[in-house]
Amino acid sequence: MITPPPNYPTFPGESPEPPPPELGRGRFRLALARLRLALRSFKNGWAIFLESRIGLLSLATIVIFALMAISHPILMATVWDAGTYDPVTGYAFDQIEQPAPPSWRHPLGTDPLGRDVLSQLLSSTRSEFILGLTAALVTVSIATTVGAVAAYYGGLVDAFFMRLADLIIALPAISLLIVLSALFRLNFFHLALIIGVLGGFGGTAIILKSQALSIKVKPYIEAARVAGGSQFHIILVHIIPNLLPLSLLYMMFTVTGAIFAEAILSFLGLLDVRMSWGIMIHTANTGGYLLGGTRYWWLILPAGASITLLCSAFYLGGRALDEVVNPRLRRQYD
Amino acid sequence: MENSGQGPARRDYLVAVEGLTKHFPVTRSLFRKPAGFVHAVDDVSFQLERGESLGLVGESGCGKTTVGKLLVKLLEPTAGGISFHFPDSAAGGAAGPVDAAAIKGRQMRAFRRQVQMIFQDPYESMTPRRTIYDTIAEPLAVQGIGDVLDRVGRVTDILTLVGLTPAATFLFRHPHELSGGQRQRVAIARALVIGPSFVVADEPTSMLDVSSRTGIMSLMQELAGNLGIAYLYVTHDLAVARYMCHRIAVMYLGKIVELAETEELLGNPLHPYTRALLSAVPVADPDYRREPPDIRGDVTAPVDPPPRCRFYDRCPRATTFCRDNPHPPTEEKAPGHWVACYEV
Repeated sequence: MITPPPNYPTFPGESPEPPPPELGRGRFRLALARLRLALRSFKNGWAIFLESRIGLLSLATIVIFALMAISHPILMATVWDAGTYDPVTGYAFDQIEQPAPPSWRHPLGTDPLGRDVLSQLLSSTRSEFILGLTAALVTVSIATTVGAVAAYYGGLVDAFFMRLADLIIALPAISLLIVLSALFRLNFFHLALIIGVLGGFGGTAIILKSQALSIKVKPYIEAARVAGGSQFHIILVHIIPNLLPLSLLYMMFTVTGAIFAEAILSFLGLLDVRMSWGIMIHTANTGGYLLGGTRYWWLILPAGASITLLCSAFYLGGRALDEVVNPRLRRQYD
Repeated sequence: MENSGQGPARRDYLVAVEGLTKHFPVTRSLFRKPAGFVHAVDDVSFQLERGESLGLVGESGCGKTTVGKLLVKLLEPTAGGISFHFPDSAAGGAAGPVDAAAIKGRQMRAFRRQVQMIFQDPYESMTPRRTIYDTIAEPLAVQGIGDVLDRVGRVTDILTLVGLTPAATFLFRHPHELSGGQRQRVAIARALVIGPSFVVADEPTSMLDVSSRTGIMSLMQELAGNLGIAYLYVTHDLAVARYMCHRIAVMYLGKIVELAETEELLGNPLHPYTRALLSAVPVADPDYRREPPDIRGDVTAPVDPPPRCRFYDRCPRATTFCRDNPHPPTEEKAPGHWVACYEV
C-alpha cells in the first residue's frame, strides 16, 4: 500500500481532511478536478458562442434538422404505414394523380412515383448527418495528424505531405468523385471516406500545418524538450491539443462540403444510395418537373432548402465557433 | 580534452565547455547553398563548479542564449565540446565526466534530470491549455517518476518552495490566470521539480516588472544556496548579474571577451568592451554627468566576421597589430581574471 505524502493537497471547495490512503481515490480526485476544469472552460466558450446571433441561429437550425432525423423512424413506427409512406417503395394509393400537391395526408405532396415527399425528406436527413459528420471526423483526424507531423519534423516529411496536398487541391474533387463513382458503386460510407481523405490530406492539412508551425516555435515546445519529452509526447500533448480548436472549426466546414458533394453526385445519379436530398431533386429532374417552374415546387423546394439551410448552418456555426476559438476575432467592448 | 580556456581544469567542475562553436547557415532560398554563416557562438570555453553561478552578460544578439541552449542540448554545437561531471549520486549516474555529444537515447533522460532550463518569457513558456499541475509535473511524468499521488505531492512541495501558497489553489489553474511573476515562479518550479544539478536561466527576470523582479531573483538565489544548484545565468543586465552570480563572463559577438569573479570584473574591468558596458550602467544621481562610453559605432552582424578581433571596429584602443592578427587568445591577466585583448 502506498502512503500519500504528508502535504496532500486539498482541491478547491474541499475541507482539509486527511486523505484516504488508497491510490484509487487520488486518481479519482485528480480526474474530478480535471472534469471541473473542462466544464468551466466549456461554459466560458459557450457564453461567447451565445453572444453571436448567427451562431445561435445556426445551432437552432442544426438542432431542428437533428430532430427531423430522429422523427422519421418514430413516425414510421407509429403514424405512417410502410406501404404508403416508405421513402423508397411506398405508393400513395389515396392520390389520383402523381405527383400530388400537398394535402393533409401528405403535407409536402408526393413525387412523380407516388412516394411521400416529407417521408423522403426526413429519412434523408439522418443519412446526410451521418455522411457529413463521418467525412468531417475522417478529415480532421487525418489533417490534424498530418499537419502536426509535417510541421514538427519538417524536411522531407513536410515536403511529401505538402506536395501531396497540392496535388489533391489541384485535382477537381467533384470530377474525381464522378469518375470514381462511375468505376465503383459508391454508397454513403464510401463517399464520406473519400471526401474525408481528400480533405484530410488536402487543403485542411495545409491550414492545420501552418497553425502547427506557429505552435512549434513557441518556447513551451522547447520547455517540453528540456523536460525530456519524446517527439511523440510533444506532438501528442503539446501540439495537437493546441490545434484542436482550429480542427473543430474545419470539421464544421467539411460537413458543408460533404453534403454539397453528396447532393451533386446524387443529382447526377452516380451514388448507390436509397434516398437522399440529391436523389429527390434527381427524381424531379428525370420526371421533367425541374424546369416546370414553380408549379411543382414541392418536388424541389423541400430538398433544395434543406441542403441550403443545413450547409449554411454548419458553415455559419463554424464561423461563430471561430470567434470562440480565436480571440482576435472577438468584438471588443470598451 | 585539451585545456586552452579559462584556467587549469578544476577537479570539482560540473560543466566544462571547451571551444564551443555554433554557426547558423544564412540561406537566401531553398536548394541553394548558404550565403554565409552567423557565428553565433565562436570558440567559447569556461568551466562551472558545483553550486556556482556564472553570469553570461552581453548585448542582444551576442550569442548568450545560444550558449544556454547548447548547454541543455536544445541545439547541437558545430564544433567544440561540453563535458558534464555530475555528482555520482545522480540518477543513471555514470561516474566520471560525460561528453554531451555522446548523450543519446536513454542517456538523454538521465541527462534531463540533471540539466534544466528556465526560459525568458513566462507568457510563452507554458502550454496555455495545460494546468499548472500538468506543467510542473511534466518532467516527472515523461521520466516516469512516481505515481500520480506522488507527483501531486512533489508538485505541491515545489509550489510551496517557490512561494506559491497555498499550493493547492494553484494546482488546477491555467497559466493565463497567473501574473507574470507567478508564472515565472511556476517556470522555476518546473525546472527544479526533478532535482537538477545545473540550471540554465535565460534572462528569467527580463520580462517581469521591476517589482516582481527582485522577488524572483532572491528566490533563485535562495534555492541555489539551499539545493546546491549551479546556474548559468544569461542576462544583459550587469546589475542582475552582480546580484546573482559568483563569476561573470562578458560576451561580444559570439566570443567571451572577459571572465572574472563578479567584484573583480566590476571593480577592475580590463577589456575595453567591459569598460564601455560598465560606463553605461545608470547611476541614481540626477546631477551625475555621464562620460560618453568609450566605444564607437554599432554592433556588426556576426555573419562571416573577419578573423581579426571581433571588437576591432568599435575599440578605442585598436592598433594595427589588432587589425593584422587573429582574435586575441584568452589570457589570465590577474589571478582568475581572463581577458581576450592584445592591448591589456
